[in-house]
Order: sequence, then structure tokens, then C-alpha cells
Amino acid sequence: MSKILEMNEIALSFGKEKVLKDINLSVDSGEIFGLLGPSGAGKTTLVKVIVGILEATKGSVWVQGKKMPSLELMKSIGYMSQSDALYQELSAKENLAFFAALYGLKKKEREEVINKAANIVNLSKELNKEVRHYSGGMKRRLSLAASLMHSPGLLILDEPTVGIDPLLRQSIWDEFHKLKESGITIIVTTHVMDEADKCDRLAMLRDGSIIACNTPEKLKAEQGVESIEAAFLAYGGGAQ
Amino acid sequence: MNVMAVVKRIAQQFIRDKRSLALLVIAPILVITLIWLVLDGNEYEPEIAIDDLPAPLEESIQEESVHNLKEMSEEEAKQALQQSNIDAFLTTKNDALYILLEGSDATANSATLQTIQAAIQMMNNGIEQEPVIEYYYGSDQLNLFDQVGSVLIGFFIFFFVFIIGGISFLRERTQGTLEKLLSTPIKRWEIVFGYLIGFGIFTILQALIIASYSVYVLDIYMAGDFWQLLLVTFLLAITALSLATLLSAFANNEFQMMQFIPLVIIPQVFFSGMFPLESLAEWLQVLSKLMPLTYGANAMQAIMLKGQNIWDVWQDIVIVFGFAAIFIVLNIFALKKHRRL
Repeated sequence: MSKILEMNEIALSFGKEKVLKDINLSVDSGEIFGLLGPSGAGKTTLVKVIVGILEATKGSVWVQGKKMPSLELMKSIGYMSQSDALYQELSAKENLAFFAALYGLKKKEREEVINKAANIVNLSKELNKEVRHYSGGMKRRLSLAASLMHSPGLLILDEPTVGIDPLLRQSIWDEFHKLKESGITIIVTTHVMDEADKCDRLAMLRDGSIIACNTPEKLKAEQGVESIEAAFLAYGGGAQ
Repeated sequence: MNVMAVVKRIAQQFIRDKRSLALLVIAPILVITLIWLVLDGNEYEPEIAIDDLPAPLEESIQEESVHNLKEMSEEEAKQALQQSNIDAFLTTKNDALYILLEGSDATANSATLQTIQAAIQMMNNGIEQEPVIEYYYGSDQLNLFDQVGSVLIGFFIFFFVFIIGGISFLRERTQGTLEKLLSTPIKRWEIVFGYLIGFGIFTILQALIIASYSVYVLDIYMAGDFWQLLLVTFLLAITALSLATLLSAFANNEFQMMQFIPLVIIPQVFFSGMFPLESLAEWLQVLSKLMPLTYGANAMQAIMLKGQNIWDVWQDIVIVFGFAAIFIVLNIFALKKHRRL
């Protein structure tokens, strides 16, 4: 399988604080790759480096064989941040149309792409509502739609299911699998252990370092434990 | 194009957010109207009490202030002064004119003295010899509102554009949309210009409404060309907007944005020509040269009061424009804090 993302010896510090330390990571095309770690582990910083918003102090990031950050490459990356980055006064459709325009989609394409994305996240009927009247879950789904409209090859989702009820979380994960089948690579951060189980491969992040990286099954088997949670604690040096 | 996408979005937001739109237009109109009501009053007519004056003087004062002359003794007058019923008491003591002024109101003081002086002059010279007075700028109708109104129009546009522009740009950051924006292929300058043009459309409307209201409804003294005045106010608004978006990079929330008002906005009023600067210490005069409103207000006064052409104040215009350009460039660099590319 070809690699869609490669990170070599990434290090990043804010002032004196080292947020990322010597991170080596590669993600295959078409997999769902999970980044698991407690809050403060550096997950968000790491995905921001991949997206190109932050630049690493040291090391290099390659997406589709090209060096990041690059404005050209940003077109083929979809990013959903931890906060719902939406304009409250605008309708859902206007929000989507705005971001579609920024991704360089022509006016004719926009209509089609917006409807398709709204359909995926099940918001087709609420498109003309203003976002401030949306529920928390709907906003989350709309943010997801905004990040996949331009059919990116690489979709990066920062805690996409945080604050979402189990039913909706299930349906969003079903969606991820559908997107994966259509050939999209997904990188998803989470601190929920049972979500990590649903990923094809998983990297465990603690204090800015990757402590383990493999399929969920192998991570559990290697430590001889039943759950991802137990595996995480075991890799972390038996913090229990 | 990305700039136009941002412009369109800002316009949509603005049209939905009626209250902010109202703040941009109605608030300045309200404040200017209030100032007009206070400053554009009729000339103050002093109430003068007299006692035992030589007949010619009494006659001539009578002529200057027809219905406000009362005859009372000094004792009565002092009581009337205490109750603020009269502004001055006039009598003769030891063959000299004696004036007792109420004294606590500067406007009343000078109006009273003016009346008495005019009366004395009339008595001495006779009516035929009255000097001919002409006004190089303005006219004898020019009152305090006309004088400071030109500065105030500029100031309030500057003030309200600063608040609204600064807070909307700040919100872009606090609600996370700036980060989302920067994850798309948009360039930093495209964001800044999108904001300038998007808000620019509304500030043109704002300038048009406020300037027309001041000139045609409040009848502020206007000797120059209306469209040239509009151009200057628009330039000031753009400067305020670029300064606000730049400073919003240094504020973490709306409250901190408000803290810039006494630091950055209020001092500009004092140095913008509303009060005479010539008597100020030199280092204070230098300070006034660092403020965009100084030049904007100077250009507005030149157009409104002196009826000058915009070409006569081209230096002011260029400097205001220069301020805006510097703020815009700094703003594009300040966004590097969020994405280096």
C-alpha cells in the first residue's frame, strides 16, 4: 500500500515547552488511523502540523509525497477542528458554500457538492436553518460536512465525536467506514478508548511522544491484555 | 476568488446581525444629535439687574438686551444672584462702573460681558461708526456645534467601526473559524482584504448616512463639497477598521478589545483639533502627529468649515492612507502567528 502521510523526526516546542518530541509516523492510503492519548498529550498539535497550520520546529512532513506545509496540498486535505468552526449567523448552506468557495470549487459544482455532503451527515432537510438554531450534535455533523465537501484524499478529524451521544457517535463512525470505502484516508484523534478499537491502526501518544503504534489487536496481544485501555496503561510504563 | 468569498460571507453575517448594523449607523446618529441639541442652542441672553446707572448707559443697555433688564437694589441683586435668577448686577460706585457677575458659568459670563461692552461701545461711538466685520472662513452664524461637528463626525465613525470591526475579527479567532480558514488554501492577505472590502461596503453606507444626516438634517455648517467629505470619512473608517483588526490580534476576548478604547481611541479626540493644540507642550503636539484622526479631522474641517478642496489637503489624505496601508501590512504579518505560510 502507498503511504499518504510520512512524518520524520517531528519536534515542536512553544517557547521552552516541548509539545512534540521526535515523532515518526506513516499512514497508509485508505486506512482509518487513530491517535489516542489523554488531553494534553499533543494530539491537536500533531494534527495541526499535518494540516499545515503549525510548522514543526524540527523534522519534515510529507503528504502524498510532497512536503508540507503547502497551500496547494491543503486543497487535498480536509480538517475538522475540535471546536465547531461555524458562523452562527449564517445558514448551514451558507456556511458550506463559503468553505466550498475557499476550496476553489466553482459555483456550479458547489450546489451538488453541498447536497452530497449534507446527505452524508444527514442534514439535507435542515440546510436552510441558521446554525445558531442547531443542536450540538448537528453542529458537529455540519463541521464534518464542511471538511469533506471538496473530496479530500486525506481527512483529519480532531475529536469528531466529543460531546455526542452514543447513537449519533455510532452513525458518524459508520460514515467514516463508508468514506474509507470510497478511498479516503482518515486520521482521527480521540481519548475515548472504545473508539480506538474501531481504527485500522492506532498510535498511542503520551507527553508528546508516540509510545506505541500498531493495529488495535496487536497492541492488545503484545501486552497480553483484553482492552485498549489496559494496553495504553501497560505501554505507558504501568502507571496504575 | 477567495477575497470575494470572504466579502460575501461578511455581508451575509451583517445583514443577519441587525443590531450590529444598527450600532454602526444609528449609534453615531444618536450621539451626534445629542451633541447638536446641546451645542446648537440659541445665543445666550443674559439677565442683568441695574441700579442707579447714568441714563445714556441704561438706555443703550436696554437696547442691547431688551427684555431682560431689571431694576433692583444691591441687596436684592445679591439675593437674586444666589438664586441664579440673574447673571449680573450693574451699578455705579464712586463714579466708576461696577459689575458684579454671577461667575459660575463661563458661557453666561462671557455673554454678559459682551452685552455690556457692546452697550458701552455704542454709547461712545454712536451707531454710524460701527466697524465692518467680515468672515474669511465661516460666518457669524458659526456656532460651537459647527466648529466641533466636523471632528465629531470623523471621530464617531472611527469609534464605531473600530469596535465592530475589531470584535468581529476577534470572534473569528475565538469561535475557531480562523483556524478553519487557515486550514484551507486561502492566503493571509486574502483574509485581510476580504475583511476590508466586506466591511468597507458597510462603512461607505455608514459614512453616507451620517454625513447626509449631519449636513442636511442637522444643518451643520458645510462650505465644501459633500462627496469629498464622504471620501475622507470613508478613508478614516478604513483606517479604523485596519487598526482594529490589527489590535484584535493582541486581545484574547471581547473585554480585552474594549480595553483598547481608552488607550487608542479616546486620546485621539483630544488631539484631533477639537481643542486648540497650539498652546500645548511640544511633546504633546508630537503625540498628536502620530494619530490618524488628527489628519482626518483636519481634512474634514478644511472641507466643511473652510470650503477647501480635497487637493488643498492632499497631505492629510496621503497620511491617513499611509496609516491604513501600514496597519494592513502589519495585520498580514500578525496573522503569521496563526499560520506561517
